[in-house]
Parts: sequence; C-alpha cells; structure tokens
Amino acid sequence: MARPSPAGASAEAKVHGGPGFSKKHLLGIADLNAYEILDLLDRAERMIPVSRQERKVLPTLAGKTQINLFFEPSTRTQGSFEIAGKRLGALVMNMSVKTSSVTKGETLIDTAATLNAMRPDVIVVRHSAAGAVELLSQKVGCSVINAGDGAHEHPTQALLDALTIRRHKGRLLGLTVAICGDIANSRVARSNLLLLGALQIRTRVIAPKTLLPRGIENMATEVFTDMREGLKGADVVMMLRLQHERAAGKMIPSVREYYRFYGLDEEKLAFAKPDAIVMHPGPMNRGVEIDPAIADGERSVITDQVEMGVAVRMAVLDALIAGRNEANP
Amino acid sequence: MSRPLVIENARIVDPASGLDAVGVLEVEDGRIASVTTGTAKRAATAERIDARGLMLAPGLIDMRVFTGEPGREYRETLATASAAAAAGGVTSFVLMPDTLPVIDDGALVDFLVRRAKATAGVNVLPAAAISKGLKGEEITEFGLLKEAGAVCFADGRHSIQSSALLRAAFSYAANFDMPVVHHAADAALVGEGVMNEGHFASVLGLKGIPAEAETIPLSRDLQLALLTGVRYHAAQISTAASVELMAAAKQRSRAVSCGISINNLALNENDVGAYRTFFKLSPPLRSEDDRQAMVEGVRTGIIDVIHSDHDPQDSEVKRQPFAEASDGAIGLETLFAAALRLVHSGEVELMTVLRALTQRPAEILGLSSGRLAVGAPADFILVDLDYPWQVSEKNFRSRSRNSSFEGARLAGKVMATYVAGQKVFEHPRGDAA
Repeated sequence: MARPSPAGASAEAKVHGGPGFSKKHLLGIADLNAYEILDLLDRAERMIPVSRQERKVLPTLAGKTQINLFFEPSTRTQGSFEIAGKRLGALVMNMSVKTSSVTKGETLIDTAATLNAMRPDVIVVRHSAAGAVELLSQKVGCSVINAGDGAHEHPTQALLDALTIRRHKGRLLGLTVAICGDIANSRVARSNLLLLGALQIRTRVIAPKTLLPRGIENMATEVFTDMREGLKGADVVMMLRLQHERAAGKMIPSVREYYRFYGLDEEKLAFAKPDAIVMHPGPMNRGVEIDPAIADGERSVITDQVEMGVAVRMAVLDALIAGRNEANP
Repeated sequence: MSRPLVIENARIVDPASGLDAVGVLEVEDGRIASVTTGTAKRAATAERIDARGLMLAPGLIDMRVFTGEPGREYRETLATASAAAAAGGVTSFVLMPDTLPVIDDGALVDFLVRRAKATAGVNVLPAAAISKGLKGEEITEFGLLKEAGAVCFADGRHSIQSSALLRAAFSYAANFDMPVVHHAADAALVGEGVMNEGHFASVLGLKGIPAEAETIPLSRDLQLALLTGVRYHAAQISTAASVELMAAAKQRSRAVSCGISINNLALNENDVGAYRTFFKLSPPLRSEDDRQAMVEGVRTGIIDVIHSDHDPQDSEVKRQPFAEASDGAIGLETLFAAALRLVHSGEVELMTVLRALTQRPAEILGLSSGRLAVGAPADFILVDLDYPWQVSEKNFRSRSRNSSFEGARLAGKVMATYVAGQKVFEHPRGDAA
C-alpha cells in the first residue's frame, strides 16, 4: 500500500486544488450533503501521504491556533486531533475539563467565553451531552469541530470509517454495511447511518431490542435482532463498543450472554461475505463485543481506521480553516 | 365602600351560566351586583366603562404556577408573578409548593397568604405539599394546612412513587374534603429521559420518556382515587392514552378531573428543534397525534382544566446543553392568547376554552369565583379577541424570560383585568404587546 511520498510542496498544491469548503463548523454529518461528504473524503485521501512521508508536515495551518477541549476523557480522539493539527503546523493546545454533573454546563458556557477571548482559529470539542457542541459553537467566533457529543454525533469518526471502507473496497456504492451493538447510546452509529444514508448505501443495524432506539427503522435501511441474519451478505461489519459497566443487568443480563448472541466470533462472521472487513471505532472490549482473534485478524481494518482518522481530521481542519479562508477571504 | 362600577356594551361570556350576549355588568363592594343583557339603568353616580367591541369574561384561574418566593426571588416573586398574571387575565392562581423552603407547614402557608396580600394584586392560592419536603415519604399535616389557607395538596414537580403513601394521602385528604393535585410520572421509566421518546429523540441522541411513564402511574392514581373517594386532579396529562384513562375513570366517578398545560395543547415535540431548552418541559412535549388527542379531550370536556404551568427559570439553568437544562417555561402572560389559538383555528368553541380556564378550576377548588354570578367576587377581564400581537421577551412582567412562545404571533389580548372590582391591569395604549 505504501507509495513513494510526494514532496510536501506538490501535496500542498493538490490539497488546494479544489474549490473552497463552505461550512464554518463541523457539528454533525446531518449538516452535510453527499457532495460535501465526498469532497471531505477526497481531501482526506490527499492527506494520507503527508503522514507517510519522512517529514510529516504540510504547514497550511501555520500560525493558526487549535484548542482541543475535551469534557470527556478520550486518549485516541484527542491524540488524533492533536497530531492532525500539528502536522498542519497549527499551534495545538489540549484542555481536558474535569466535570462533575453539577457544574458541567456552567463550565461549558464559561469556558467557551474564556477560550474565545484567546482568539483561537478552531476549537475541537467533546462533551457528554447531546447538542453541547452546537451550543458552544453559538458562543464563539471561530470554527468548531464536534469530536463527539453525547449520543448525538461523532462526524469525523463516520468520515474516517467511510474513507477506510472506500480504500479497502475501492468503492462505497453498492456495499452493504452492518452496524452491530449498542445503537441506542452510540453517536458513532448515528453519524455513520447519516453518512451512509446520504450516500444511499444500504445499512443494517443489529442489536438486542433493549439497545435499539425508538424510531430506528427510519434511520437504517434494515433492522435485525438476530446477528446471523443481519450479517448475511454484508460487505462491512462495524462493531460498536458496549458500555458494559452501565448496561449489564439493565439493558443486557450479562456480558457472557451478550457475547454469545451479539459478540463477533468466527462462526457469526462466516455469515458475512467472505471478503467482508471488520471495523471497530475503539477502544475495544475484547471478549465482550468481539473475539480477540478477529480483532487482531487479517480481516480487521481497525488499525487502518486509526491512520485514516488522522488524515480525515487533517482534511477537516484544513477545509474549515485554510480551505475556507482561501475561498471566502 | 368603593364607587359602584358599571361595564356597558360588552359581549358577556360566562361558561357557568352559558350566557353569551351583549349586556351590562354591575359591581358593588368588590362583588358582582348584577348581570343583565341590554343596556344599563344604573344611576349616574356609578363609574361607567364602555366596553364596546370587547369580551367580558370571568377572570382566569390558573391551577399551576411556580414562583421563586420564598428562596429564589431572582427567578420570580409573588409581586412579579402577580403582575404577569394580571397582564395575562389571570385573577387567581394556585401556587405550587416547590419553593425554598418547601410549603409543607401551616406557618409557611400563613406567610404566603400574608405576603400575597401585601404584594400581589391578584388572588394567590397556596397549594401545600402532599409529602414533607416533597420527598414522597411522609404526608404533611393536611388539617393544619387547610386551616392555614391551603386550597389543595400537591407535590408540584414531584411525583409520589409509593402507592401506599398515595393511598394514605388520598384517604386522609378525603377526610378533610380537600382536593389532591398530583403529577403522574414513573421515576424509573422517566429515568434519564429528557424529551418525548420516539424517532425525533433518537435523531437528536437524547434519551426519551415513553408515554407509559405517565399512563402507568395515572392508572394507579385513578384506581386509588376511586378506592378512597378523594377529589383527585391529575395535574397535567400529555398523551392520547391518558385521555382514554381519564374518560374511563370519569364514567365511574365525578370526583376525578385532570388538567393540561397550554404548552402540550399548542406545541409538539418538533418544537424542540435544535436542542431549544425553552421547550424542555415536564411532561415533555409529545407527538402531534398526542396533541390532537389532547385538543379533542378539551373539546369533549374529558380534560377539565387548561393551565399555564408557569415555571420561571433563569438563564443560568436554561442556557445549558439540553439534557442538563432545567425543565419549565413561563406562561402566565401568554396562557389565554395561546389558548385562543384553538378557538381561532376552529378546533374548540370559545365557551369550552373559557370553561377550562374559569368555571372548572373554580369547581375543582371549591371557589366562588370563576363565574359571573351575583354575589361572586368581581374578578373579570375585558378582552379584544382578535387583537394581533407578537410575543417579545422584553415586554414580559415576569422576572424570568424562558417563554416557549417567544416570537409567536398571537391573536387576542387582555385589555383590562379586574380583581374584586379593582382594576389591576390595563393594556397600555400604543403598546405593540
């Protein structure tokens, strides 16, 4: 897969080859149409070589300030955004805000006003409450990227998933994507369903009824409660993390029962297409939703997802700040 | 006492007597002296008001109002709530006991009665808590609270989960012939829910509240009400299935009744839009199907009372992510105009809407007001039924701004409000709202 790295200068020219990106924020996939989604995927594609070359820099954001504001702990997403910003030459500052349930919202608005006064160019936000990132975007003057808000959206995850699928399958159109697990509480599932839906790709959700939200039949092409049925003929198997500490005893009786019926093992995976790929947004619960042998096996593209994550976040940062400014000075 | 007052040429609408005709209302010593159709015969000593083109109706009785006095005066005081009420045509309101401290003691009821007399222009009717501290564990001193001036018992925003405690409260309230007003919500089914359960909540990634969180405890309440014979009022229902439960219970007892917030009659879950916290309410705004069933319930009289559910909240607790924001919206000043939407749209007769705002609450609470009868308190309003206006937060008398009708275009405005024959509000001339 590794190709010779193009020189930084030519990569930069390619990045700015197309028209500017029209949005100020990336709050959710719901705000994007199919063209904008494909544009971001193409931009991300062009970012991949930057991270593979020796000097991993493409300083389109030199002199810009990026703040990663995380109200929920996240090692991987925060790290991915940090690397993406730094490879584009931005000054990146990480802020992790510890929150108690009492002071959560107060901290959000107050912190927004404080950070805004520091004149950042972009704020990347994760928050435990749905809609919190949109609320914050109304309070600041710079671009805002949603790095996950409650059970609402996680747009860069859906973009990196789509990019990973497209690179492995060579296409998106005509594929069948099965999303399995805790759909009800998953922002990853929502953003993926919105993205795949916008591109008119067949989606299936598979979960026990206790983990399916009301009205899911309007969000996915098909709904299954039997994993074998749901996986039949799937090109992509997307597993979700189960918050088993919260769910056990309430939404599911036990981890072992969940694994028996909804954990991805060889026997169930055999129902999918022979060349189906296996994805997981991480962090994984090996032995809860996925057999360790599959997670680390040859059909798993989980580490590729992490690499595509950096490319997608570079593309989004570039499109919102550099790309946008160039088009709309 | 005061000079007699004569209101002439008004269209007098009184649900209690069924009167709807142009006529004359005479007031003496704060009470209604006569209601006659045609023209006035009164001596020239009386103060005469020509109300041509206006409707004269009993003052509204709002069965569900929260304030911040005592304890959170920055949200609302009795004085500001009273000013808002007068501007909205509300001449009496039932004050919920959810204050700091909770109104669960006779001395506190007495304080409210005195405080209202000193600072409020409209009638403030305190509801005392059913359970001490609104904790749902022990019942309060119903007899002493009644003596102090409580008009009913209610646990405000709280819902008692223990069926045994409710049974005891209902029995004991029946003992003192006092109505119990209860908000039916199953705490475990509500759980972390913040809006109506359904597709829309799922799209927003918000936890939903199923209709069953209301219908299951409502069904229990109604069974216990029939068992104990209490005068039971379901504080506020929000689902189509709840109307069916009420209809069935009313077949068996005349002592059960229910109310609905104007919000649940005029708005639906789609109004939440992009996490607009002024539409975060309890019970939540439901589906359009539910709303239509509610309107039908008002039309048929299964739903007895329309109230404002006036609940002032400051921006500190409302400018929050949706799930973390407080419930509630103010409504005293928009209650009547919002209710008139149902009349203007042809869904419900004017007389029916007025009955749910005047006669029925008076009957449920055992008040002599809420009707234009000789000897009744001269609490009445003059209304321009077609007056167009737009709701704007800068015109609110209420101390809080959390209105779910901000920016709404409404038709119908209270032009003057009288309590015991005294004018407590007059629509300012040249004021857009």
